[in-house]
Amino acid sequence: MHQRQVIRTNDFALKLANVNGTGSASANGLLMQAIFRMGIPVSGKNLFPSNIQGLPTWYEVRVSKAGNTARALDYDLVIAMNVETYARDVKEVRSGGTLLYDSSWPLEAALERPDVTFLGVPLAKMCNEIFNDSRERILMKNIAYLGTLVALLDIDMGVIDELLDEKFSKKKALRDSNHKALRAGYDFATEHFDCPLPIRLEKMHATDDRILIDGNTATALGCVYAGATVAAWYPITPATSVMDSFKELCAEYRKDPETGKNNYCIVQAEDELAAIGMVIGASWNGARAFTSTAGPGISLMSELIGLAYYAEIPAVIVDVQRTGPSTGMPTRTQQGDILACAYASHGDTKHILLFPSNPGECFTMAVNAFDLAERFQTPVFLLSDLDIGMNDWVCPRLKWDDGYRPNRGRVLGAAELEKMTKFFRYSPENDEHVAARTLPGVHSKGAFFTRGSGHNKLGHYTEVPDEYQEVMDRLAKKHKAAAAAVPAAILHKQVDAAFGIISLGGCDPAVREAVAALAERGIIADYLRVRGFPFGAEVESFLAAHERIFVVEQNRDAQLRTLLTMETSVAKEKLQSLLVYGGFPLSARHVIDGITAQLERAQRERI
Amino acid sequence: MPSPKPAIIHPHLRPNSLGLTIRDYEGSPSTLCAGCGHDSVTAAIVRAFYELETPPHMIAKLSGIGCSSKTPTYFVGTAHGFNSAHGRMPSIATGANAANRSLTYLGISGDGDSLSIGVGQLVHAIRRNLDMLYVIENNGVYGLTKGQFSASADIGTKSKRGEANQYSPIDPVSLALELGASFVARAFSGDKGQLVPILKAGLSHKGFALIDVISPCVTFNDHEGSTKSYLNTRKKMLPVIAADFVPLAAEITTEYAPGSAVSVKLHDGSTVRLRKLAEDYDTGSRQAAAAEVELHRGKGEVPTGLFFVDTKSRDMHDISGTTEVPLSQVPYEKLCPGSAALDELQKSFR
Repeated sequence: MHQRQVIRTNDFALKLANVNGTGSASANGLLMQAIFRMGIPVSGKNLFPSNIQGLPTWYEVRVSKAGNTARALDYDLVIAMNVETYARDVKEVRSGGTLLYDSSWPLEAALERPDVTFLGVPLAKMCNEIFNDSRERILMKNIAYLGTLVALLDIDMGVIDELLDEKFSKKKALRDSNHKALRAGYDFATEHFDCPLPIRLEKMHATDDRILIDGNTATALGCVYAGATVAAWYPITPATSVMDSFKELCAEYRKDPETGKNNYCIVQAEDELAAIGMVIGASWNGARAFTSTAGPGISLMSELIGLAYYAEIPAVIVDVQRTGPSTGMPTRTQQGDILACAYASHGDTKHILLFPSNPGECFTMAVNAFDLAERFQTPVFLLSDLDIGMNDWVCPRLKWDDGYRPNRGRVLGAAELEKMTKFFRYSPENDEHVAARTLPGVHSKGAFFTRGSGHNKLGHYTEVPDEYQEVMDRLAKKHKAAAAAVPAAILHKQVDAAFGIISLGGCDPAVREAVAALAERGIIADYLRVRGFPFGAEVESFLAAHERIFVVEQNRDAQLRTLLTMETSVAKEKLQSLLVYGGFPLSARHVIDGITAQLERAQRERI
Repeated sequence: MPSPKPAIIHPHLRPNSLGLTIRDYEGSPSTLCAGCGHDSVTAAIVRAFYELETPPHMIAKLSGIGCSSKTPTYFVGTAHGFNSAHGRMPSIATGANAANRSLTYLGISGDGDSLSIGVGQLVHAIRRNLDMLYVIENNGVYGLTKGQFSASADIGTKSKRGEANQYSPIDPVSLALELGASFVARAFSGDKGQLVPILKAGLSHKGFALIDVISPCVTFNDHEGSTKSYLNTRKKMLPVIAADFVPLAAEITTEYAPGSAVSVKLHDGSTVRLRKLAEDYDTGSRQAAAAEVELHRGKGEVPTGLFFVDTKSRDMHDISGTTEVPLSQVPYEKLCPGSAALDELQKSFR
């Protein structure tokens, strides 16, 4: 069947279907990086299994000159390298699109589609001819299809060469193998196919002042710049790379120039119970300390989070959310820990939450988290997710203000203590209901017995109802005071909006794209992205200003909506949920379809 | 509420070199039962710190939950304390130590806190050779919840209601030896002469020092049929190795019969003299110590003494390569790489 050839430059999506552990990640990363270096806005989503080798894995690349980086659901080109998932991969090609497969073996006729162009490249055969080593034959197939894509998509070969040279600058043999495989794939394509395809690339300058970075690296970088010295953690997907990066960065930037010793201490704990205990112990002792974890770790940490809340000890907890409950799907994304973190631990507790929506914000909010934790002497959660944390995002270059100094909150030094007649830990309080704390090793006048048991405003043990309540009431006021200190929500306002949308975190690119697409259809919405909890006044005004508000989030139970109904004065009926929680990143189409369907339903009901 | 302590100072209370008397190392009055073994341990700790002349503000007292964990309020009231959560003191102490290596860390725990709910954290603190003294006030029973057996209860020991324990006990001394603890001792709360020098040696030791102190519970575990009563412990206690602590500045004056004592120099320059009370005891061998402890335990005896010291072990900071300056005191300027470094780094993110 002949398709009308519409040329689409810098605006398409492709999906690569691979087998986990066969070296595809490296080739797919190169592809994304090459497009980035051509100056074209691009996003990559790694949809990988909880497995080391053998299970299916996918990588999606979206190229968008308009800068839309949310996940695409229609694929113009599918690179089907996994025989096991062939059938479903063929179905995912957009009508009129192209499928690239390894023609070393014949394709099952039943799987062919008349509306799709099938391009066969004998990748395995080619690599078997070029390479002798069996492992190399497998690995280089990926680079060979990359070579084919260079021809099909008109990728700048100079850029790819440059990337390979950089990557293998110290491994000449590997570099040569890569160049050979790349060339083989490229040559086959130019000899056998019409290159480039109607979907193609063309250099732009949209990424000149941008970087390619994943959220976990950015978070770790934020922790380094914030001055964190103690880190304790237990390995868990998808948070592990936060600590891997922190360790790498510390090795680079935190060796004392005079002694060569470490100006940091990273402890791999026996479990998350211990990891949070270490953070609390270190913060109690005056260091900036943090842990990185995911939902299962939050469950374990909940006990001691209550201790930190009640004894008023700073703690920074990075939660890179994954799909729950229980073990759930460890390599899939979700926003399922909002409520668990907001109220973590038994008894009356509530915490400060920060919601970064991209790696750039992971960096800045990691710094905010330490300042807030020490200013309010309480645990602060940085709620990232797997999509933000583990995928590479194109972000504006990170900036650092050399004038920044940590806000250590109210801490009394030796001189101040010396002048005091008597120090009491929990009074007097300031306007934000925070009292001064003291650190061990400074002055015996500051000595204090920290406890998670009932205490009065002087810090003494108590079981007297009024004394207990007085402290608990102050803690509630302190939490409220933090509303003005967390990063403010960001409002995208339009003229004559018919309704509002509230969302958070990694939903942002999809929601922004959807808002623009809906506006083109004449459906006008204001969009508010919340960035912190407790909610600031701007959230209240947005809620008050709109009669109908869609709350877009990635969990089953509408956790953000629940938090809004509990912690603001909004009428529950005003909030309509749009929930996508299957584990893959949100797409604009989910939002557009979800909102239009609900609007149509409302219209029908009115008639 | 117990009545406040009398304010009269005994004329014989001599100030130490810091100008502090033994009273200055005391804390609030105890709220434990009269005759509780833990109060004797508290008194021994007060004396140990006073004699070691430790500045109170350089002491960090940490505990979990339970009767024993209440005791840090009863000593050195001018030191920072942290009464944390049940079984979680080792992790709090690990973090605290990571942040400031210059303080003296004393953890007080019990057999429930350390051998049941907190056994996971205890074993890993030992593995890391965290520089602290960890005291287990061991009475074989849960006091605050009224008399359930703990994990250290011996097989056949009877509860107050007459029920016999059927599960095998965890012996913290054997456990610590097996896990590689660098200082392992056992003492009896009723023998202050033995306990004070062991505490002083433990506080002076660099690395993880564990002292298992048999500390009878007068209310729930001091009856006939209990293996951890005062009477039974006195009867079965067998000092196999005695420790005489000699501080850095003092002279060794005691005479020992040749071959009967070994001097071990501790990290801070003080010395502990180990006297063999049982024959053929090899003080420098972990395996020998473990075998000796096991041998006596098998006979129903309670071996006590400083079983093993390794003064050359590397603590958590040595292993991590941490700077000597407490991390909490490293100036921010040394911690932040600055904007130029960030710009440079970001070239690799292209």
